[in-house]
Amino acid sequence: MTLSSLSRRAVLGSALGGGVALAARAQGAGQLLNVSYDPTREFYREFNSLFAEQWKAKTGQGIRANASHGGSGRQARAVIDGLQADVVTLALAYDIDAIAERGLINADWQQRLPHNSSPYTSTIVFLVRKGNPKKLADWPDLLKPGVSIVTPNPKTSGGARWNYLAAWAWAVKKSSGGEQAARSFLTEMFRKVPVLDTGARGATTSFVQRGQGDVLLAWENEAHLAFAEFGADQFDIVYPGFSILAEPPVAVVDRNVDRRGTRAVAEAYLQALYTPEGQALAAKHFYRPRDEAALAAAGSRFPRIEMTTIDDPIFGGWKKAQATHFDDGGEFDRIYQPGR
Amino acid sequence: MTPATAEPRAIRWLLVALAVLLLGAFLLLPLAAVFTEALRRGWGPVVAALADPDAQAAIRLTLLVAAIAVPVNTLGGLAGAWCIARFTFPGRALLLALIELPFSVSPVISGLVWVLLFGAHGWFGPWLQAHDVQIVFAVPGLVLATLFVTFPFVARTLIPLMQEQGRAAEEAAATLGASGWQSFWRVTLPQIRWALLSGVLLCNARAMGEFGAVSVVSGHIRGETNTMPLHVEILYNEYQFVGAFAVAALLALLALVTLAAKALLERLGARRGGMA
Repeated sequence: MTLSSLSRRAVLGSALGGGVALAARAQGAGQLLNVSYDPTREFYREFNSLFAEQWKAKTGQGIRANASHGGSGRQARAVIDGLQADVVTLALAYDIDAIAERGLINADWQQRLPHNSSPYTSTIVFLVRKGNPKKLADWPDLLKPGVSIVTPNPKTSGGARWNYLAAWAWAVKKSSGGEQAARSFLTEMFRKVPVLDTGARGATTSFVQRGQGDVLLAWENEAHLAFAEFGADQFDIVYPGFSILAEPPVAVVDRNVDRRGTRAVAEAYLQALYTPEGQALAAKHFYRPRDEAALAAAGSRFPRIEMTTIDDPIFGGWKKAQATHFDDGGEFDRIYQPGR
Repeated sequence: MTPATAEPRAIRWLLVALAVLLLGAFLLLPLAAVFTEALRRGWGPVVAALADPDAQAAIRLTLLVAAIAVPVNTLGGLAGAWCIARFTFPGRALLLALIELPFSVSPVISGLVWVLLFGAHGWFGPWLQAHDVQIVFAVPGLVLATLFVTFPFVARTLIPLMQEQGRAAEEAAATLGASGWQSFWRVTLPQIRWALLSGVLLCNARAMGEFGAVSVVSGHIRGETNTMPLHVEILYNEYQFVGAFAVAALLALLALVTLAAKALLERLGARRGGMA
C-alpha cells in the first residue's frame, strides 16, 4: 500500500465515519471469500477449515476462508455488483457465465479445472412426508389431485432451474408427447406450487419447518440434510425413475484475485475440492464425488438412476436452456402465472 | 361525575378485553415465543450461540453501525427540525417531504439505491474500483443504508414540539443579547432535550434492528458484513433454530431496553416540562 493511497483512504475513511478504513482492513491478506449458493453451507463450513489446515501445513501461512450463501442467481448478481469474491461456487454454469460476460472471469473458465470445473455433482429428488402418504414415486404422480408441491423460483434459484429441467426432460423423453407434453406437464405442476421461495434453502425450510406441501423437489444433498437434521421418522426420500445430472461449477474470479493478490490461494482452494479429502468431504455432505474411489467408498449412499444432462440435445447447454426457458418471456414465464 | 360514554358497562368491558386480547396476540405472544424458543434447551446453547465468533462479529458490527448512524442522524435531524420549525423559506415543504422520504420508501429500495450508486456497475462504481474503495458489500454500505433508513426519527420527533413551542423564547434571548450558540445551548436545547432523547432512542432501535436495506448491501459474508438481524436469518436457514432465537432474543432485549429507557425519559420529561 502506497502512502498516497493510505492518506486517500484516511480522508475517505473519516468522511464516512471510519467505515472505509475498516473495510480496507477487512479486505486485507489472509482472507479468502467464497461466494456460494444456498445448500452448500454445511459443506463449505467444514471444507473451509479443512483447507485452512492444508494451506497452513503447505505454506505456513494462516488463511481464513469466508463464505457467503444465497440463491445462485442472486449471488452472481452480487459479484457482478462488486461483492469481492475470490472464488465462486455456484449452482449452475450459467450464473458463472453471467459473471464472465461482465469481464470478471476469463471466458475459458470451464476448461481450467477437470470435469467442466464441477468437482461434485448432484441430482434432483423428491422429499416426501414419512410413509409417502400421497404415494409419489415418479414425476407423473406429482399431478395427482390434492398434491401440493414446494419448489423455489427458477428466476432466482439455481436448484429450482434444475428441478424445472428435470421435470421437462422427463416429460419430453418419457411421456412421448414431446415439448407440447412437457409444456402442459409443467403448467399443471406449477399450478400445484402455492408459493415460490427465492432460494433452495428457503423452500426446504417451508417444507420441513413450516410443514407446507406434500413433496419438496430438492437437491439430493438438501433432501439428505433435512433428513439428517430432522430425523428419518419425519420424511422419506424418493428417487424418481429419471432425473438430471446437476453439475455445480466453481471458478476463480480473475479480476478480483488479481487486484487483491490472492490468485495462488484461490486456485489452491478450488484444486483442494478435487483431492481425495475434498471429495470424501463432498460425499459426506451428500454431493456425488467425481472421484471413483470416493464414490465407491460412499457405497449405497448415492443410488444410480437414469439421468440426462444439460448438454442433452433437448436443452443444448446452459446458454440455450437459459434463453429458451428462464429469460423474460421464455417458457417459464408462459408456464407460470401466479394466482391461476 | 357524568360518564363520558353512553355505552353500557358490558360493551365497554368487551371492547377493552378485545383490545387487550389483540395486543397480546400481536405483540406479547411473538415476543414470548422468541424467548421461549431461545431457552427451549436451557441456557447452555444460548450462551454458546452468543459466544460464537460469527455472532460476536455480528453484535460488534451492529453496535458499530448504530454508533455511527445515530450521532450523525441526531445532528442532521436536529438541524432539519430547527430549520423547519423556526423558519419559513422556499422549499420548506420539500425539505419536510425529503426528511420523511425514508419512511415511505420500501427498505429494499433504500438498500438498492446504494448498489446503483456505488456498486461495480453503479454511477461511481468504476471510480471507486480504480481507487480500491469498497462501499457496498462492506461496512460503509451498511452504514449508509442504516443512515438512510433511520434518518427521519429524530427530526419527526422534534418538529411537532418545536412548532408548538414557537420561537418566542429564542427571540427573547436574542433581544437580551445572546449569541446564536448561547441561545441554542441555553434556550433551544433545554426546551427539547427530552423529545430529542426519545427520538435518538427510536433511531437507535431501528438502526440495530433494520433488516431489509442492510440485507441488500451486505453481501452476507459471515463474520464480516453480517449484522445481528442478518445473522438471525443465516442461523435460521442453517437449521440452528436455538441459535437463531438466541440472537433474536438479544436483539429483542436491546429493543425492550431502548423502549423502557424512552418511557422513563418521557415520564421524567413530563414532570420537568419540555415534552409535548
